[in-house]
Amino acid sequence: MVKYCELFYSFFKIGTFTIGGGYAMIPLMEQELVDRRQWLSREEFLDQLALSQSMPGVLAVNMATGLGYRLRGFRGALSAIVGNIAMPILFILLLAMIFHQFRDNVNVEHFFMGVRPAVVALIAAPVFRLAQSANIRLSTCWIPILSAILIWLFDVSPILIILATILLGFLYGRIKMKTTQS
Amino acid sequence: MVFLQLFWTFLKIGLFTFGGGYAMIALIQNEVTVNHAWLTSQEFTDILAISQMTPGPVGINTATYTGYTAVLNAGYGSGMAALGALIASSAVILLPVALMIAAVILIRKMQGNKDVENIFRFLRMTVVGLIAAAALQLLSVDSFGEPGWSLQFVLSVVIFVGVFFLSLKRVSPIFLILGAGVLGLVAYAF
Repeated sequence: MVKYCELFYSFFKIGTFTIGGGYAMIPLMEQELVDRRQWLSREEFLDQLALSQSMPGVLAVNMATGLGYRLRGFRGALSAIVGNIAMPILFILLLAMIFHQFRDNVNVEHFFMGVRPAVVALIAAPVFRLAQSANIRLSTCWIPILSAILIWLFDVSPILIILATILLGFLYGRIKMKTTQS
Repeated sequence: MVFLQLFWTFLKIGLFTFGGGYAMIALIQNEVTVNHAWLTSQEFTDILAISQMTPGPVGINTATYTGYTAVLNAGYGSGMAALGALIASSAVILLPVALMIAAVILIRKMQGNKDVENIFRFLRMTVVGLIAAAALQLLSVDSFGEPGWSLQFVLSVVIFVGVFFLSLKRVSPIFLILGAGVLGLVAYAF
């Protein structure tokens, strides 16, 4: 059974080293929880990701809540959440206190100029890895491609895409059931 | 009372944020700079930039920073301001956390249900598209510099390609982020 302190520590690491918001955290979570700790299968991880994106709230915290709860119930969720946001909160508090001295430091700016393209690559890479475990075939590859294009180029809300997918999955199942029955 | 206002405002922001931090920026901006005028527009832009460079989700970071600044501007000391930061950060996650736990319980109860299984089969594919969209939206001048033969753009492309393949080879993201930062620190120093 997963220990609370292990949960806390794993999410503490993820929260501390996630730069660039929720999506940048996905590859870290995947590596830590699925590959290294093997607490979850990749399918379970993807299910929680879909759920986290369809619910309100901060993506990282939704992931921590859902995964923590799946692993160790309510206290597990609490350990994961606190671990996930402890460092970010402390860091921002510290920064709020000393921000103006920090802001114009050339070295800090240079460091982040290097970090930004790396963050984009870190978000792009898991797309291909996750595509395999999502069981995407030639006949279904239009689903992720169309979703991405609708959001990227046409500013369609991800909420709409998620809702449409739910409808699609539901109808697909019902129609398939009907055709196999008759 | 600034503490109550912070709590209520961020409770609202948390409940109406769908699709992750980038989707909530407009909502936070309206509440924080227009409705309550806790931050100036300039301060808000600064915190957005910081959120992308510091650890943690954008939503949490903005809540923490706003909570701190709002209480400070109301004339309290930095201890009370830290309390304001904690109140705002807790408020923004409170309702989503409760809803998420309810959702996980509900979905477990419905395990084996054919409809739920079909829906998640399709959702898994869509999610891959959602992440791709996030990456595509970040392929911007903000992250890479103006396209051309400038040092920043060339180095950014090199870092992007390198990190992309190293990440596929399962090199730790933490190592890759620090490595890219140090590379920038050294390359841009001259």
